[in-house]
Amino acid sequence: MKISKETVVEKKGYRLHILPSKKYKTISIVAKLKAPMKREGITERALLPSVLQKATQQLPNVRTLQSALENLYGTGFSSDGSKKGENHVLSFRMEVVNEVYLKNQEPILENALQIFSDVLFDPKVENGAFDESIVAREKQTLEQKIKSIKDDKMSYANMRLIDHMCKDEPYALHVHGYLEDFEQITAQSLYEYYQAMINRDLLDVYISGDVDQTEIEKLADQYFTREFSENADDHKHSELTGSIEAKEIVEEDDVNQGKLHIGYRTNIKFGDPDYYALQVFNGIYGGFPSSKLFMNVREKHSLAYYAASRFESHKGLLLVFSGVDPKDYDQAKSIILEQMKAMESGDFTDDQVEDSKEQVINQLQETMDNANGLIEVLYHQTLSGKDIPAEELIENIRNVKKEDVIKVAEKIQLDTIYFLTSQEGGE
Amino acid sequence: MEELVYEQLNESVFREKMDNGLQVFLLSKPELAKTYGIFTTNYGSIDQTFTPIGKNEKVTVPEGIAHFLEHKLFEKEDRDVFQDFTKLGASANAFTSFTKTAYLFSATSQIEKNVETLLDFVQDPYFSKESVDKEKGIIAQEIKMYDDQPDWRAFFGTIQSLYEKHPVKVDIAGTVDSIQEITKDDLYTCYETFYHPSNMVLFVAGNFNPEEMMEQIRTNQANKDFKEIPEIERSYPDEPKSVAKAEGSITMPVTTAKAMVGVKEDVSSLNGEELLRAELISGMILDFYFSRSGEFYDELYQADLIDDSFQFETELDRQFGFTILGGDSRKPDELAARLKEMLHSIKEKKISEEDFTRMKRKKIGQFMRALNSLEFIANQFTHYHTLGVDLFDVLPVIESLSAEDADQYVEHWIKDDRISVFQVKPQEQ
Repeated sequence: MKISKETVVEKKGYRLHILPSKKYKTISIVAKLKAPMKREGITERALLPSVLQKATQQLPNVRTLQSALENLYGTGFSSDGSKKGENHVLSFRMEVVNEVYLKNQEPILENALQIFSDVLFDPKVENGAFDESIVAREKQTLEQKIKSIKDDKMSYANMRLIDHMCKDEPYALHVHGYLEDFEQITAQSLYEYYQAMINRDLLDVYISGDVDQTEIEKLADQYFTREFSENADDHKHSELTGSIEAKEIVEEDDVNQGKLHIGYRTNIKFGDPDYYALQVFNGIYGGFPSSKLFMNVREKHSLAYYAASRFESHKGLLLVFSGVDPKDYDQAKSIILEQMKAMESGDFTDDQVEDSKEQVINQLQETMDNANGLIEVLYHQTLSGKDIPAEELIENIRNVKKEDVIKVAEKIQLDTIYFLTSQEGGE
Repeated sequence: MEELVYEQLNESVFREKMDNGLQVFLLSKPELAKTYGIFTTNYGSIDQTFTPIGKNEKVTVPEGIAHFLEHKLFEKEDRDVFQDFTKLGASANAFTSFTKTAYLFSATSQIEKNVETLLDFVQDPYFSKESVDKEKGIIAQEIKMYDDQPDWRAFFGTIQSLYEKHPVKVDIAGTVDSIQEITKDDLYTCYETFYHPSNMVLFVAGNFNPEEMMEQIRTNQANKDFKEIPEIERSYPDEPKSVAKAEGSITMPVTTAKAMVGVKEDVSSLNGEELLRAELISGMILDFYFSRSGEFYDELYQADLIDDSFQFETELDRQFGFTILGGDSRKPDELAARLKEMLHSIKEKKISEEDFTRMKRKKIGQFMRALNSLEFIANQFTHYHTLGVDLFDVLPVIESLSAEDADQYVEHWIKDDRISVFQVKPQEQ
């Protein structure tokens, strides 16, 4: 087994994670800025990645900035905002070709890091405001994005499920923000939000690739040090109290295929003792093509092309999704619910448990072969405040027994059944 | 077994042609935990008319059959092959494209057994009437899922505007109606013709010993009986060089319209290396004008004619080729008109040597980044191999290109009768 070693160093205003590896021909740099999920400021956070990536003081427009990255052998640079449990995380990802593979003497990595740092800390600003035209244009783009969510029916159904299921929890907030906020956001107010964010958000920087640790630390210090931040994490998550009453919601839209999405509460989070059994549970229930959902909804009853489940590690959710003909709603729904009952009553073999463990471990190891995948796995740990070495994660999965999986099934509670169906409803 | 060494990239590939004609390539990456194997037949959705092995007459099979066959190979008389891979801790999958059908797995343990399973299940078909009928419901849902995806509809609508007769215009999965006609016998006919080892390539990349792996594959293949077959006769309609229709559109329940501009590429006279050069040069020219650093992108973006969904691609393969540009737009008519003008104007413009060097660097970097992925290496190597090109030659070919090559390319590239516009229009509320 080959597992990368992570070195974590507390720095001034940020935490540096170094992941030396000979697996890649490139060096990956990822910066993650984290804040608690709040209604206030969420639209600003949705706008910021695209505004920041457009211009810096040194490279004052998109074309010069992008040309500079192209000259650095097509250095890839992207950013986005995402929801991790009840945190809002802005990620900036860069991938630079390792100089050893190039017939070139320029310091490619250092020049790329300079751009990375400028995008984060030295954006184009005039008179205490971002560039007006950039902000105006990016607002238009975001508006389009928000309106287009409806065009991707799978994401839309997923969003609607969470809207209903987590109605009064921060988790239901939309990561793309809200149109009603647009009017009050100006180039100046966005810059004010940015200043608070860049100073106060928790910053983690990951660097992975065939790098020398001492050299990379020196470079990182040069480009990521922050003056103001204490970089402390004191955020508490909301807990759902009281019993859950399962609800069923049917909405209509102009679709050929109905989208059946079901939300459960697992009551299990990353780092909890039964988190490993939850992973094995998901493997048997709906995580793979060998799982109960795929075998029953698709293979046995030919109702769907896809039927699967996945879990959210920080909020404690299990989400089932399938695309079925509107007329098959009741049948597909009862099969999915029956399979959950089967899990509770232990209607699966020890062999299935073993197979699921192997699949989960395989998936984890494959993910860790990929630089961004490994960084995501490690960031999960950072988020939960529980640093568990990869060997231990795998060992814990291996130790899961059938009883543990049944216990997980018993803990899981049905919350919301959501069906997006055609206007005729297929009845 | 022959070893191909690519020094600059620090990669090497082991190659052997089996006695039955199967091409095998192995790439060893001991630093990784993962191994990826892909078994590909040079047979896809466009191969609809052919002379079946042992017959003299051409047949035309129902649309969507290559993809249907891909689904059905996983099902055996007594089991589902997904389960075999599950038992081996692997994940398996498959895909069908215009020109290929591929079966693949990835795993971090029991690699030998997984390779064996991959070879054996693809080389041992079992089709029954019951299982063929059952699959029709599943594939119908797959087709309907795509029917709801505006991007897919826009992509295929553009190809259908470009091509008049060629089966590239047919959706890879077929239609809900066409798949109803598929029979067990049709599947066997296609299988026997196109799944002969001499029409197939196996690529395994990852953590294993290449000598032992090759020996295992050799033994596996030697134990199976394949009759030698003559070259497969495939037949395609005569496709005009000009587009089927200059404009097309569909209406869908989308919030934002889409406008796509397609260019019908002429690949008829190109050999493998020329195809690769054409693909690289057109990619670099499009990048120069239409990526975020480009003057055309900037103009379109500032004018609010495009947003982040704007994309462009060139696909050149045996038999067909196209370039497609476009995306969501609030002013789809204006975008389509501007894109056409821009494409025409490329001929009058020149890319400076300095800018061209920047585009070369970008291409080199993108290629190096892609090499981090076993999937990219194995899939692309196989693809280029079927066209007679070596994937790792991409690097020296990029390095050999000059601004002059680009100038020459644009001279004959854009012609008015080779351009189509296709739109996805929102429904009137």
